[in-house]
Amino acid sequence: MHTRPHYFRVLLTFLRNSLVRDMTFRANFLIDTISSMSWVFMNLGFYILVFRYTPTIGANTGWGKHEFFLFLATTLLINGVIRGLFLSNAIEFSEQIRTGTLDFALLKPIDTQFLVSLGRIEWSAIGPFACGVLLLVYSLFQVHYLPGPLQMVLYGFYLLCGVAIYYSLMIAMAATSVWLGRNKTLLDFWFYITNFSRYPMEIYTGTYGDPIRWVFTFLVPVLIAVNVPARLLVRPLSPQSREDWLLLPFAVAATLGSLIVSRWVFNRSLLSYRSASS
Amino acid sequence: MYARVATCWTILRISLEERLVYRGDFALGTLMRFLPIVTQMFLWMAVFDGAFGAGRGPGQQIAGYTCHSIIAYYLLTTVSRAFSSMPGLSSGIARDIRDGTVKKYLIQPIDMLTFLMLNRVAHKLVYYVVAIGPFALVFYLCRDFFPEHPGGLYPGWPDAATLAAYFASLLMAFLLGFLLEATLGMIGFWFLEVSSLLFVYMLFSFFFSGHMFPIDLLPGIWGELVRLIPLQYLAYFPAAVFLGKVTGPELTHGLLIQFGWVVFFLVAARTAFRRGVRRYSGFGG
Repeated sequence: MHTRPHYFRVLLTFLRNSLVRDMTFRANFLIDTISSMSWVFMNLGFYILVFRYTPTIGANTGWGKHEFFLFLATTLLINGVIRGLFLSNAIEFSEQIRTGTLDFALLKPIDTQFLVSLGRIEWSAIGPFACGVLLLVYSLFQVHYLPGPLQMVLYGFYLLCGVAIYYSLMIAMAATSVWLGRNKTLLDFWFYITNFSRYPMEIYTGTYGDPIRWVFTFLVPVLIAVNVPARLLVRPLSPQSREDWLLLPFAVAATLGSLIVSRWVFNRSLLSYRSASS
Repeated sequence: MYARVATCWTILRISLEERLVYRGDFALGTLMRFLPIVTQMFLWMAVFDGAFGAGRGPGQQIAGYTCHSIIAYYLLTTVSRAFSSMPGLSSGIARDIRDGTVKKYLIQPIDMLTFLMLNRVAHKLVYYVVAIGPFALVFYLCRDFFPEHPGGLYPGWPDAATLAAYFASLLMAFLLGFLLEATLGMIGFWFLEVSSLLFVYMLFSFFFSGHMFPIDLLPGIWGELVRLIPLQYLAYFPAAVFLGKVTGPELTHGLLIQFGWVVFFLVAARTAFRRGVRRYSGFGG
């Protein structure tokens, strides 16, 4: 008998099991949440400091203090989802490849990428995510400009695209452990690459900036992930530049492309996987 | 005496060899560590553009930094951190205390602090040998960011006396980083789980050592508070010395305070170890 597993129900089970696990070590959960939030506050402090010295980031870019905070909030939301759902799973995945415990995942009657990507959910990521929501609401009140309903829907949609792009990059990098034997620096590398998307893409200009912007837009589309939703939120829909309009379909294409490539890399890595122990 | 030197030499040699096993991974890691600096460069260029409009002049300064000198500052903090950062030192000590490995220092005729120190010296030496290539490359590419110094040895370099002070502050940054983290690790004698405490320390050190931004940017009371704590000597102070921000009596004063903190944490680490061992109880083995 061959039945298709009910993916949504499995996901709910993962969510519940992880919550039970987290609540077993409640103090640890609390400390995790607080420490990840303190990281957010420290960063916020840094940007407040920066905006003491300048009204905008870049000349005539429109990224004033609260516009940038909307950008930052977008980063927090995307990172919160990534951290909560995928980060520890990706690290665990490259460890499973190294130690050979991936065998157990391969035997389960469910899509391996699904199982490997979502098996363990970090509820403590709710802390920074909530910070993102609060910062978003606060900054929206400060910019004296309310985005319309269409904008909010598009914002939500492109937020998900951003998550998908980040996720694709991460899972593809974790999968390379198969060929490298060990991928200890996965987290560092992922951090270093997504680091480029922490600021508005306008800052990458000039002789060196333009190639950087090009690479991280078209080759590894991490700049798209945060910039597209953040721009949608900050600027009114109607007088948008041609470039802004072109970014919208491009972001969808980039998301699909990233997902397809990462799926391919993942499957290829499984083909090369040789269990480690006897 | 001779036996002691021989022991130290052996420890150093073993640590050196152990470290050289992963040299490829190491060189790549070093080069990658400059990537966040690239984003910082562009961020600060954009900040200066936002503050003064495009086109940069020497008169455009933020907290005493021009657009170029702030980038030079970030590059120099990577050198400071190459001396002062001690990845895994505190957590390693705390783990040794928890799982009982610390017993070996109580039984064998080796002093734990000396052993760990030699271990770190070896790690750092290997690190510099491997990292000098990437560092030289990046600094050469970025040479135009370094400001002219009156009477400098070379364009972008300070004069000999400042350079000597710079190396002294780097050396003390290494000692301070080591002793500070060792002292933190010894807290493991009193509390079994110190990882969240270490996270808080990491956070503070990242922001208030000058690694994230030059601490001159901090306004009013914040700036004064941060100057009171020893963290600035781990990243900010050496970089500021090189850039000629600290000169004359202020420089001597700064070096003396840095030395004072080194002595303070040497005493603190020794005391913590002695008291901690008295509390410690090891079983089995």
